[in-house]
Amino acid sequence: MTAAGADTRMPPSMLLGVLAAVTAASFVLSLLVGPSGFGFGPAGEAGTLIFWEIRLPRAVLGALAGAALGLAGAALQGYLRNPLAEPGLIGVSGGAALGAVLAIHLGLSQAVALALPVGGLAGAAAAMLAVVSLAGMQGGAVTLILAGLAVSAICTALISLALNLSQNPFASVEMVFWLMGSLADRSLTQVWLAAPLILVGLALLLSVGRALDALTLGEDAARSLGVDLSRTRLAIVAGTTLAVGAATAVTGVIGFVGLLVPHVLRPLVGHRPGLLLPVSMLGGATFLLIADVGLRLAQPAVELRIGVLTALIGAPFFVWLVLRTRGELTP
Amino acid sequence: MRIEAEGVRARLAGREVLKSFAFTAHPGQLTAVIGPNGAGKSTLLRTIAGLLAPDAGTIRIGDRDFAQWPRADLARVLGYLPQDRIVHWPLSARIVVGLGRLPHRSSAAGESREDTAAIDAAMSSMQVAGLEDRPVTSLSGGERARVLLARVLAQQPRILLADEPAAGLDPAQQLALFQHLTRIAADGCTVVVAVHDLSLAARFCHSIVLVHKGAVVAAGSPAEVLTPAHLAATYGIEARYHVIDGVPVVLPVSVLP
Repeated sequence: MTAAGADTRMPPSMLLGVLAAVTAASFVLSLLVGPSGFGFGPAGEAGTLIFWEIRLPRAVLGALAGAALGLAGAALQGYLRNPLAEPGLIGVSGGAALGAVLAIHLGLSQAVALALPVGGLAGAAAAMLAVVSLAGMQGGAVTLILAGLAVSAICTALISLALNLSQNPFASVEMVFWLMGSLADRSLTQVWLAAPLILVGLALLLSVGRALDALTLGEDAARSLGVDLSRTRLAIVAGTTLAVGAATAVTGVIGFVGLLVPHVLRPLVGHRPGLLLPVSMLGGATFLLIADVGLRLAQPAVELRIGVLTALIGAPFFVWLVLRTRGELTP
Repeated sequence: MRIEAEGVRARLAGREVLKSFAFTAHPGQLTAVIGPNGAGKSTLLRTIAGLLAPDAGTIRIGDRDFAQWPRADLARVLGYLPQDRIVHWPLSARIVVGLGRLPHRSSAAGESREDTAAIDAAMSSMQVAGLEDRPVTSLSGGERARVLLARVLAQQPRILLADEPAAGLDPAQQLALFQHLTRIAADGCTVVVAVHDLSLAARFCHSIVLVHKGAVVAAGSPAEVLTPAHLAATYGIEARYHVIDGVPVVLPVSVLP
């Protein structure tokens, strides 16, 4: 474990200020970069169109989805007191993916453009209801993880079934691509559909900071400090469903951000789970924005999807985590 | 602040652990709860702390009935120290002690001047001021126990419930810990500790409550409670109660058949 002394760290307000500035800069950078050249697009109608219809939705979505994944990851790691927890653990991502895949499979997305994100949202909500009714509102952390795993497994099985039964090769390709996650070619309408839900989810998740700090001392001590654990659990489950469910419904599955970002940033806040929440939210947004900029710079040489890129970055990171944990366990 | 419990029944996972319990603890006193493993000591403390809802009976904290204490208010007067010295993240000792200020803080506010003063006072009183930047996970058992006790003190409770705070500590640390607890009680706090070491209980506690199978067998001064008859009936041991150089000692001699 990192033994960072208090004196070597920035005060929280300064750290948050610096991160907010970095996030804002990444957002602007994301608006400036694209295949049509650096800057706010070419002059004239085409430029305006590129800015409003392509770059702005992409940047807003990148920032919101990254913020949702980073914050939800930090909240779940704090609540479950486990550094390996991530938003997908409680079944929300799986539910959103299943909902979207079904929308494609049933041909709804061909008929109505918004059927895909709406399907994803419905899937995320259904997954949350299933997890909550399985785990109960009072149960401990372990029951929540088990219920999340069970629901995720069911979603994965049904996604495989949909892919398997798909008669239409185009639909199959669309499903597979959607499962890889992407920020490209999303309309402002889709962004406006997801943004309010994501923002409410973020607010709910940010509200549990004190509870997570208190939970460092265990559930009994946290309750004796006046923390309402049922309320905390509800805020985390509902907040994750809204933020990550809505983000996933529009972008597809983007893995590892929720695991990696809180993990990397934790030493910066002296491992305080409450302070880690806003820090991971900003860090997640920055990470996804920068990753997406990198993706566009690599075009047209390589056509990569953001979910594939985050997995390519995240999986080696996971290997490093395993090696480090092994190093800690063997003297 | 006085604690009074009457006719308290409580169950844990369906099993009745407390059967019609009566219990009183006074401000300025160190009260020990003793009894064999599984007697219900921890359940008693958790019920008084409001962590376990009793099935029946009344608990009064100060001049109010338990039901009239909102959770947030109770957290400002009652500190609870669990038996397991869990700290899940490698937080610095000072931040851990600062967690005791959570009930006194509004959610948005940072550390106020009172918070800082309470944290500093708690840390110097537990002699852990020098450890403030060390991650708690790197501290020794005794140091960690003192940091966690400082956490409860920073809460500035008028009632302190500690579940086996001396468990796993070496004799020097146990003595120091009980001297700290005695001092906290002398400052006017109502201190209740679950204890396994009968000699420590006899030496430091003003009154002792002996629990067996979820009921109180005896309550009173150490000399009244720690009699061979009581210890034989509850622990199933033959024990002697001696006073050596003014220090009471309970010596378990043998297990009764």
